[in-house]
Amino acid sequence: MKKRFLIYLTVLGLLCGCGEASVQKGGADSNTTPTPVASQTNAPEEQQTPKTPIEGGSITVGITQDLDSLDPHVAVAAGTDEVLFNIFEGLVKADEKGVMNPAVAESYTISDDAKTYTFTLRDNVKFHNGNVVTTEDVVYSLKRCAGFTEAKDPNVLVESALSIVSDIYAPDDRTVVVALSEPNTELIYYLTCAIIPKDYKNQATAPIGTGPFKFVSYAPLQSFVIEKNNDYYGEKAHLDKVTFKIFANVDSAFMELLAGSIDLMTQLQADQCKQLEDKYNIVAANYNLVQALFLNNEFEPFKSTKVRQALCYAINRDEINQMISEGKGTIIGSGMFPGISEYFAEDLVDYYTFDQAKAQNILDLTNYDKGLSFTIKIPSSYDSHVATGQIIVEQLKKMGITAKIETVEWSTWLTDVYRNRNFEATIIGLDANLAPSDILKRYNSTAKNNFINYNNVAFDACYKNAVEAVNIEDKKNYYHKCQEILTKNAASVFIQDPAQLTAVKKGLEGYTPYPIYVFDASKLYFVK
Amino acid sequence: MMKARSKRSTIKYSKSFKAGLILVTLILLLALVGLFWTPYDVNEMSFILKNKAPSLLHPFGTDNFGRDILSRVMQGASLSFLIAVAVVGTGTVVGTVIGALTGYFGGVVDAVLMRVNDALSAFPGVLMALVIIAVIGNGKYNLILALGIVFVPSYVRVVRGEVLKQKELDYVKNMKLMGASDLHIIFIDILPNIKTALTASVLIGFQNAVLSEAGMSYLGLGVTPPDPSLGRMLSEAQSCLIYAPWYAVAPGLTILFLTLGLGFVSHGLAER
Repeated sequence: MKKRFLIYLTVLGLLCGCGEASVQKGGADSNTTPTPVASQTNAPEEQQTPKTPIEGGSITVGITQDLDSLDPHVAVAAGTDEVLFNIFEGLVKADEKGVMNPAVAESYTISDDAKTYTFTLRDNVKFHNGNVVTTEDVVYSLKRCAGFTEAKDPNVLVESALSIVSDIYAPDDRTVVVALSEPNTELIYYLTCAIIPKDYKNQATAPIGTGPFKFVSYAPLQSFVIEKNNDYYGEKAHLDKVTFKIFANVDSAFMELLAGSIDLMTQLQADQCKQLEDKYNIVAANYNLVQALFLNNEFEPFKSTKVRQALCYAINRDEINQMISEGKGTIIGSGMFPGISEYFAEDLVDYYTFDQAKAQNILDLTNYDKGLSFTIKIPSSYDSHVATGQIIVEQLKKMGITAKIETVEWSTWLTDVYRNRNFEATIIGLDANLAPSDILKRYNSTAKNNFINYNNVAFDACYKNAVEAVNIEDKKNYYHKCQEILTKNAASVFIQDPAQLTAVKKGLEGYTPYPIYVFDASKLYFVK
Repeated sequence: MMKARSKRSTIKYSKSFKAGLILVTLILLLALVGLFWTPYDVNEMSFILKNKAPSLLHPFGTDNFGRDILSRVMQGASLSFLIAVAVVGTGTVVGTVIGALTGYFGGVVDAVLMRVNDALSAFPGVLMALVIIAVIGNGKYNLILALGIVFVPSYVRVVRGEVLKQKELDYVKNMKLMGASDLHIIFIDILPNIKTALTASVLIGFQNAVLSEAGMSYLGLGVTPPDPSLGRMLSEAQSCLIYAPWYAVAPGLTILFLTLGLGFVSHGLAER
């Protein structure tokens, strides 16, 4: 059974890679990410002044997904990207706040019409084989990612967002220009694709990149080992060696955690963490998901905005957060998670406060004052969503609303709910990359992945303005307006960005959660 | 019913049979009461009461939603019982009819049906049930149907074998000479004579059905949450096994006592 889930997760990874279905769960396994959010309390150690790091040492990290490929352009599973983040870098690289910083590039400019991105390469960045990165390598890597014919590789899954790239060229030996066929200011979030050496054929077996760690060995279903890159241009890693040990799932890794033979493991449940507290520090971050009770806006009762709003008031999101993760999740109020820090609308979080009397008053104005009943389809493999469902059912019962849970297999969920939109309500977590358009795109009435059948003319118009805006302030305003429409119009009942809990062995410091699905080993260090 | 049985039993029953009977009666009582009354609302959640150790108010403790485990075990046991009864019922009725008819008439139909039967029983039961659930969807009733189908082949085999034996006996031949119809012979004359074999396999089947139901709901199939089910309770208890062991103990012991009891009873009956 667990194997089966693993397959689903791989499918999930594939879907995410296509940029088509970024669906996700907040459970114990797959594609998820931590983020440092203002309201988050990390382990107390994190807030004290850092102790002096000891250079060197090696650690074992538990992961729950095997790697689908070592070639960064071929790999599609989120769990693979998580690990390869340590070996590869793009022209730009996200930091723990979600800001895109230059990496292989030293700086970049976006033209005023948002159609030309110009990158200046950093001097003397070396690949792990000792060769200096040239513009040729960069142009080759970008073209391979974007699916240009001259660098086309049938194994590479082309990022659809890069389809607007019309040309990539190097005017001199330090500059690379990316030209677009239409204006887009958010493309920078997609230009993290790994820079790899041109004409190197063994990427899938002995990968070579520019990151703070070098590849050592890989044994399928067992382990993936990397070591410190002493030639790294930036801040060098503290640890000498990191071994990623591959487990079928968190449960099977748990005994080793109890024994203390793993130094770091993420995606644990609150209950599990309680048992680890004497050996490990528990770091709480976010999964970077929008977990919500998604309502099918075409289902008769939910066609009424009032019914949807009533549900928003009737559901106690704090109680869900307390029950499931001891209050370590982050409550959200709209369709964006806080990790997209520049665009997240903080003020909408408290728009609906739990108030069942108010909910009843609103419901009394509709045809459903005498009673409302619906079925919530939840993928059975995602324990945390099933748990959330149980709590919601109980909360609604107090108001005389009958909600029934129907647990379905993940593949059935994908077909029935996500693709065919044959459902009344569902609970799921949606993920996205850091481009604000990625998570809000689905609420467009014509979007392919608009599985809740949301249809709002004002939103469509506002979203269009937001994407087209070149000025950053305008863009923020439009995206804020988009979120406001989703909240006030109660597109669904947005609940929380679930808590992602990581156990870090005592004595090991510097664990840094990111707002994207990566694990950064270069910041870890031992203290005495 | 129990009374009637013990009155008849002037013959000596083994100690294990009595122990089994006590265990089964105990759980059956718990389940029967649970059908109508539980100490607390089975689904009432409370954050304050989350994961509380057994106490006077909550003799089996509370679970990760602050729900009373005793109440949930009571209702979970009755659901398990009902599902097991339905599954065994389906299996027995369908299996007996098919087994008796094919065994009695034989011929091509018998050969074909028995090969289908072989094919069905070649799959591991749980896998087969999973496949059926995947096709027809999840839920209590679908689980009964799925497990029922899984249970049919074993009854077909037992009944067919017995009927084949009985068919050659003189009383059947006599009935034929007296002009009794085939159906009359099968269901009125032969069936009562294979009662012993059937009872034993029903009891063993019941034990298997309880375990299968627990196994399926452990995997998240069958009874849908928030309704309590022993198997699901076990799977939920797994992640807090070390600091809230009572959560796993109550449903685990219930399943253990029930299957152990049933095992003793069927063993005792066979020994008699």
